[in-house]
Amino acid sequence: MAAKKLNLRKRYELLTRGMGWETSYQKMDDVFPYDTFEGIKITDWDKWEDPFRLTMDAYWKFQAEKEKKLYAIIDSFAQNNGQTNLADASYLSAIKLFITGVTPLEYAAHHGFSHLGRHFRGEGARIACQMQAIDELRHAQTQIHTISHYNKHFTGLHNPFHQSDRVWYLSVPKSFGEDALTAGPFEFITSISFAFEYVLTNLLFVPFMSGAAYNGDMATTTFGFSAQSDESRHMTLGLEIIKFMVEQHEDNLPIIQRWIDKHFWRAYRVLALVSAMQDYMLTNTPMSWKEAWDIYFVENGGALFEDLGRYGLKMPKHHELATAEAEHLSHQVWSVFCALGNATGFHTFEPSEEKMAWLSEKYPNTFDKYYRPRFELWKRQKAEGTFEYLASLPQLCQVCQIPMIFTEVETDPMQISFRNTKYKGDNYHFCSDGCKDVFENEPEKYVQAWLPVHQIFQGNCGGATVPEVLEWYKFQPEDGGDYFDSLDYRRWQEWHGNAEAAKTGS
Amino acid sequence: MSIEISAKAITPIRLSYGNLIERFGDKRPPSRYQEAVYDVQPTAHFHYRPLWDKEHEIYDTSRTAIVMEDWYSFADPRQYYYGTYTIARSKQQEVAEHNYSFVEKRALLDDLPEEVRQSVRDILIPLRHIEWGANMNNCQIDAMGYGTTICSVAMFNAMDRLGMAQYISRIGLLLDGNETTSLDAAKKDWMEAPEWQGLRHAVEDMFVLEDWFELMVAQNIALDGLLFPLFWDRFERKLSENGGGTIAMLTEFMSDWYKETVRWTNALVKVTAAESTANNELLSEWVQKWVTRLSEAIAPVATKAFGPDGVSELNEVKEELLARLGKQGLSV
Repeated sequence: MAAKKLNLRKRYELLTRGMGWETSYQKMDDVFPYDTFEGIKITDWDKWEDPFRLTMDAYWKFQAEKEKKLYAIIDSFAQNNGQTNLADASYLSAIKLFITGVTPLEYAAHHGFSHLGRHFRGEGARIACQMQAIDELRHAQTQIHTISHYNKHFTGLHNPFHQSDRVWYLSVPKSFGEDALTAGPFEFITSISFAFEYVLTNLLFVPFMSGAAYNGDMATTTFGFSAQSDESRHMTLGLEIIKFMVEQHEDNLPIIQRWIDKHFWRAYRVLALVSAMQDYMLTNTPMSWKEAWDIYFVENGGALFEDLGRYGLKMPKHHELATAEAEHLSHQVWSVFCALGNATGFHTFEPSEEKMAWLSEKYPNTFDKYYRPRFELWKRQKAEGTFEYLASLPQLCQVCQIPMIFTEVETDPMQISFRNTKYKGDNYHFCSDGCKDVFENEPEKYVQAWLPVHQIFQGNCGGATVPEVLEWYKFQPEDGGDYFDSLDYRRWQEWHGNAEAAKTGS
Repeated sequence: MSIEISAKAITPIRLSYGNLIERFGDKRPPSRYQEAVYDVQPTAHFHYRPLWDKEHEIYDTSRTAIVMEDWYSFADPRQYYYGTYTIARSKQQEVAEHNYSFVEKRALLDDLPEEVRQSVRDILIPLRHIEWGANMNNCQIDAMGYGTTICSVAMFNAMDRLGMAQYISRIGLLLDGNETTSLDAAKKDWMEAPEWQGLRHAVEDMFVLEDWFELMVAQNIALDGLLFPLFWDRFERKLSENGGGTIAMLTEFMSDWYKETVRWTNALVKVTAAESTANNELLSEWVQKWVTRLSEAIAPVATKAFGPDGVSELNEVKEELLARLGKQGLSV
């Protein structure tokens, strides 16, 4: 018999639809108990269009090819001591932040997507989520493997997962991931696939991956290239799910808008850490945070939301504030890390003269006026031996969990932005209107937050003194502090034949 | 002749990540498998309770009655992390692709005796729905389970089941020259034919099991342990004896897959049962419950597949399964 020709689309449909069934021994609502409580109405799951049509055989084949290439390069990098070709060992602070802050988020995404991969009622949506779930597992594991060689030669990379559950600044990404994981499935996918992966991913990916390329980090760059085709699938899924939900029922729109507002702001606050990484940790910086924000959010994000306007979706609430903060964000975050540099798992340092000139150029309205003086002061104090780290623990925002360091950028950039609200007799503090709004929409959720500073004061973090807490974090003595006093610095000098500096530090 | 390539030796400051040194010491560097799976899952200080399950934390050991001192006691004997997993499956799919193309190009299924074709339609094609259910169940194990060594295996397993459901679908399409006659008929049988209802009922009951480890036992140990040897091995051999040898080219993936998978389910049962008498009793009870129920559910399909020998074929498979589990320490 002559076989009928199948086009790819039809073939894919036959291999991914019709395998599921309407259950009758158990109620569908019991088999899929989680996809209705959020109030999203889906009238026809069959309208779901898969953004990528990969059957498993093709998936295995493509992904295996990528894995073989990636591991060949990682192996060669290790064999040839590729770490000695970096621009500078201080660059490693970026990688330390990455494996402790971002890699656990990849695993969180894996976990969330496997939940959706089981619990969305639609067959096509489940398969799409499963593919992303296994991709996210890939990213977590390949990042561990890529950074493994660095861990053998640099400080601060040795216990990323233990630290992710505990360290004060790592509760920022952790609480963001868990916010999404504990939400319903539609909110989770809006948060991760749309707000994070579609709207903001370039602001994470470009600084880390181009940053790696600019600083001779071939291992991370290779990982970045290898993950890129996965990421573009994930971004497509993000847009698809938003359109699907909006088209399914008019009642969905206000719910989705509220989620976009919330998760844009939550994700943006996580990216505040990235801004400091980008402007300060990178030895050579491909573009400033402000430039990246203007291109990837103001321009591209603006165009995206203009496009989504026909569905009735609007730019996320408080986006104007985020844009106004772009000239201040990285400086404020890096300052708090420097001030608490005895309690970080990476090295801090004042920017070099060259770097300060670059910052002045990139931030003409703010750097010289507000931020250069404090770095110069600290530099002077360190030279004189009078510098002291902050002795007190900072107050954290109840929602984003970043110390209260952000300022009233629109009115008085030297004035700390401080918001609060009363809930059931208790007072809660926030860094911004964005975080306050998030709290007030779901106070029951955010009162539960495990705030690292509160926990330290309550004696739940190994003890009452800084050394006890750091030990509980499994920070080793050489992990934190100033880069120029560090083991990383001394070894770097030794590798590059600078014997004097290697012995004495700076 | 080998030449010595001289490279600058740089002494590392440590051999491995701290969690692996704590677990395995620092005598030698850990494997990539160990790096990829140990202690990756968060274990503490969860910020919020799930809106969809306020009784539990995001990751919560109390989602199963099984108790482990260390949820990383289990290690996958295949040492699968994403890279080794996809590379292994990629090789298998290459063979499968070759076989499917060969069968298609030469239209080999057209030469099958009609009764073999009908048997494939009646018995093998409906199994795509079971694989689909297995995909859901393993996704659930990953989503509700605890510890990355177990959860990542469940994720890989879930994707395997999707892959196998797709291979079975392709057999259906090959039989019908890309028409969906067999697929439609198999779905109708799955939904309505009396001999399949016991199995469908059992699979749907698995969908609502609350304990993910019981689901692991029901799906990956009991159901697979009966179904794969019976249909992807014994029944396939019966088809070969009746002139359906070509089918073996299309089902090789499934039979190889099962041989490989038994290695980790055995290891999982062994480690979990050895942990405590309570675990052992619980596992044994679940095995008894599900093996009994599922063999009753499979019996009518076995009879349809093997005729009067069906029940004895099934019983042999069941005895083999129980003997194998007995060897892992269960009292069954």
